[in-house]
Formats: sequence, C-alpha cells, structure tokens
Amino acid sequence: MRRRSIRAGYDVIGVLVFAVMMFPIYWMVSTAFKPGREILSLNPYWVPAPLTLDNFKTAINVPFFWNDVVNSLTVVCTVVAISILLAFLAAVAVARFGFRGRSAFIVMVIAVQMVPLNALVIPIYLLLDSVGQVDSLLGVIAYYMAVVLPFMIWTLRGFVHNIPVDLEEAAMVDGASRVGAFMRIVFPLVAPGLVATAIFGFIQAWNEYIIAYVLLSSSSKQTLTIWLASFTTQHGTDWGGLMAGATLTALPVVVFFLLVQRQITGGLTAGAVKG
Amino acid sequence: MRAAGQISATLAPRKRIGAASFRRLIVRKGLPYALIAPALLVIAGVLGWPLVMLVSFSLQHYGLRQLFQHQGTFIGLQNYATILSDPQFGYTLRTTIVFTLVNVALSMFLATLIALLMERVSRFVRVLIGAGLVFVWATPVIPAINLWQWMFDYEFGVINWLLTRIGAGNYIHHNWFENPLQGFTVITVIVVWGAIPFLAIALNAALTQVPKDLVEAAEIDGAKPWQVFANVTVPVLRPTLLVLLSLSTIWDFGVFNQVWVLLNQRPSKDYFVMSVFSFQESFRVSQYGLGSAVAVVMIAILVLATFLYVRQTVRAVNEAG
Repeated sequence: MRRRSIRAGYDVIGVLVFAVMMFPIYWMVSTAFKPGREILSLNPYWVPAPLTLDNFKTAINVPFFWNDVVNSLTVVCTVVAISILLAFLAAVAVARFGFRGRSAFIVMVIAVQMVPLNALVIPIYLLLDSVGQVDSLLGVIAYYMAVVLPFMIWTLRGFVHNIPVDLEEAAMVDGASRVGAFMRIVFPLVAPGLVATAIFGFIQAWNEYIIAYVLLSSSSKQTLTIWLASFTTQHGTDWGGLMAGATLTALPVVVFFLLVQRQITGGLTAGAVKG
Repeated sequence: MRAAGQISATLAPRKRIGAASFRRLIVRKGLPYALIAPALLVIAGVLGWPLVMLVSFSLQHYGLRQLFQHQGTFIGLQNYATILSDPQFGYTLRTTIVFTLVNVALSMFLATLIALLMERVSRFVRVLIGAGLVFVWATPVIPAINLWQWMFDYEFGVINWLLTRIGAGNYIHHNWFENPLQGFTVITVIVVWGAIPFLAIALNAALTQVPKDLVEAAEIDGAKPWQVFANVTVPVLRPTLLVLLSLSTIWDFGVFNQVWVLLNQRPSKDYFVMSVFSFQESFRVSQYGLGSAVAVVMIAILVLATFLYVRQTVRAVNEAG
C-alpha cells in the first residue's frame, strides 16, 4: 500500500517534469497560431481560439524567406552528400583495417569535435576574406563539411564495426571478391546507419548559426537561422511572426530527429552532438 | 576484429611470390590511407589550418587597415599583455568560469534526478518523460532561444505573468536584462533546459547497466538509499559521468548563441563571456589580433576538459575492441 502511494507520488512528479520541459515548445507553437490580440495581451490565452494562420503568412512573406530556404537546403544537402561519402570511406578504414596511425586518427577525430567554432570563426573569416570568398555559400559549405565530418566518421565507424567480419569472409570463401563481398554484404547492412548519420549531419548543418552569421552578410545569401533575426526591428519584435518562423525552422529538424534518435543515441555519448 | 586485412591475407591462397603480390601488398597497405585521405584533407584544411592561423593571428596586430591589406604585423605577445591588463578581460574570465560551474552543476544535477526518476515511475510516465526529453532535444537552438525570449518578454511574457500570479512579487513590466545577474539567470534557464535531455537520456541508459542484484544485496545488508546510490550506482556511472561532465564544461564555457541571440546581437559589456568578448573584439571593434588572443586563451583553458573526454572515449573504444 505504502509502496503504491510512493510510486504514484513519483508519477505525479514525472508528469510535472514533462509539463515543465514541454511548456516552452507548446508556447512557441500555440503563439504561432494565435491572432495578434491574443499574443499582445497582459493575461495570456492558454489555447489559441480561433486558430489563425496569419502569423505563418506573415513569416513566409518576410523578404528572402523562400530564398533563404533554398540557401539552407543547398548548403545542407551539398554538405551532407559529400561528407557522408568521405566519412564512410574513413569509417571503413578505421573499423576494418589495422594501420599505423590509426589510433592517432581516432584521437584526432574525437578531439577536433571539441574545438569551439566561436573561436575558429575569426581565422576562418580572415582566411576566406583574403581569397575573396566571404559572403559566398562555398566558404560555408567547406566549413560545415569539416564540422560534420568528424562526427559522421565516428558514428559510421560504430555501424561498420558492428557488422561481423565473418560475414564478409564467408562471402569471400564462397568466391566473392573483396569489393564484391563488401558491396553485397556490408553495404546493405550499414545502409540504415548511413541514412541515420546523414540525417544527423543534416540537422547539425541546418542548425548552425555563428559561421553563417559572420560569413553571409548579404540578405540574399543567408540561411534560415540568420533569417529569424529579421522579425526584430528597432520598433520591437513581431512575436507572432517570430514564433511562426521559429516553428517552421524547427519543424524539419524535429521530424528528422524523431526518426533517427534511437539509432544515433548510442554513439552520442562518444560523439559531441548538441541539439 | 580490427585486423580484417590480415585475416583475409592469410586466407587468400598463396600463389607465387613476385611482382604481382608485391603490388598487392602495396595496395593492401596503402588502402586504409587512401580511404582516410579525403576526410583527413578536409579536416586538416578547414579546421586544422585555421587553428594554426588563429595562434598566428593572436601574435599580430590585425586591425581594419591590415584587413584591407590582408596582412598583419607581427608584435609578439603584445596582444596577450593587452588583454591580461584589460579589466574587462578579468571580469569576462571570472564571469565565464562562474557561469560554467553553475550551469554544469545545475544541468548534471537535474539530469541525474530525472534519470533516477525515470527508473521509479510507471511505464506510461516513463515513455511520457522520454518523449518530452526527445522533443526538447530536437528543438534547434536558435528557435529555442527565440521562444525563451518571448517567454521572458518584459511586456507580454508569460513568465512575468506567472511569477506575479503565484505571488513571487510584482513582475509586471519587469525587464530581466537590466540586471546582469537576472539576465544570466535567464541564460542559465535556456542552457540548462537545452542540456538536460541529452544528459538525462545518456545517464538513464547508463543506469540500466547497474546490476539489479547488487542493489538488492546492498539493500538486504541494510544500506540506506543514498548509500546504495553512492557506493553501487555512482561507481557504475563514473565513466559516463566523466564524459558528460567534460562535454558540458566544454559546451558551457564556450557559450555564445544564447547570449548573442537573446540580447538581439547587442549584449552590453556586463554580458561578455569569453566567446562573446572574443567576437566583439574581432568583428565589432575590428581588433582581430586581440580577438584571436582571447580565443586562444579560451581554447587553452578547455584543453584539460578535452583531454579528459578524449582519454575516456578512447579507453571505452579499446575496451569494446
């Protein structure tokens, strides 16, 4: 009896924890759907009634919205496409071969994720400036690649490592070539891991702020995280529009994150990904 | 496990020893290097080179004039002398250290509590908490800062309304950012809220590694709950705790976005933490040499935490094989 009431007590605390954690997100989304007078009210309206899409209309009509969506997608997709390939090659090398310098490479991959971008943005800016590549998506793409690569190598190493070598060897005994065994046995098994890692790279690049903020100065070249600042002017902030914009920016990331969270979480304590 | 190349080499039938097998040997030895080369080149070129240049820029006078000429003037350690004698740097360093300590302690403490709580609730509530954590974790940092900005808005913010309503004082039209201590409280709320999911989920996963029979045995022997926690649970959690501690330290010490975006890209001097100070010196005052020196100091301080993290991770990898 006593044990049951303790359990019920924990459950109540648990539900409270859930409510406190989730409330900010609820508040963002519900504000996005509220009409202006419910937003600018001294007494908060807990549920938007009537629901309105006005804020979303405002948000997507802010100059450069579609432009910045395209920029974000261009940057992120290019980065992910190239770096997943490079990372996969390196991951295979680390997981399948013993070679001199392997440990040094692993240490480098782990350590390099710890270097704060905020510190590196100064030399990045100066170096790109001296070759006239500031304010170009190319510089951002190159930079983001280096940001996602170490993490991708690390996660993929785990996926490749978990596929028993015996499978490959059995295929080779049956007459497959080394490359054939790899393509027919390892690749299909590691494919879900590749997808999950690619999606996580997508999220990281999509969320990045400081590099894009420093490098991309003209509004036609900015990405969505930078675009969010356009709701704040000297006259104040358009909260409804900002919350709608924030919801739109967060949406693809949240959906993707929910898809791959389970597969990636294991590698996370050993990689440095912050949401 | 790792020496797949060697295994397949012994399995392969030995034919004739000659030019062909010598070529194969080269291919086999060279293959791993060829595989890591592209990634290594990108990382070295785009991360390594700037890192070297950061140190180099910190030894140069690099202002607007030098920016146009793309050429700084070497001045030795003078930038370091300048920042060390700057009272703003002292304030910044102290603020950043205190901020880091408070944030790391708070997020670790709360995350541990939540992880422990998740073990004690019913299945439904556990799934509920897990879903909440994942949602918060998934929320990108810039939209998250914007939403907290809105919640703490001085005029229509829901937090001011709530605090007034529950009788914590009169918070109507209360500006949280006039007083830096209150401002940093808001920043702490945002950082801790964002950090908890990853920490709690990682800790909860580690908690499942604690052997149940060991806990029961300790309980039967009359150990109190906190004794069980200190003597059975913590030793199992130690490697995870160490990794999470060093990661949190690295992240919180380098905090930038939360300050910069929250204060609409114009933080007052009171809000200068290391990365903001470095950014301000470089991109607002155009003293790139000074900014680089601050950044170098910041990285130097983080080396210890990084070392702990790398050592622990490499150890875990070696144990796993």
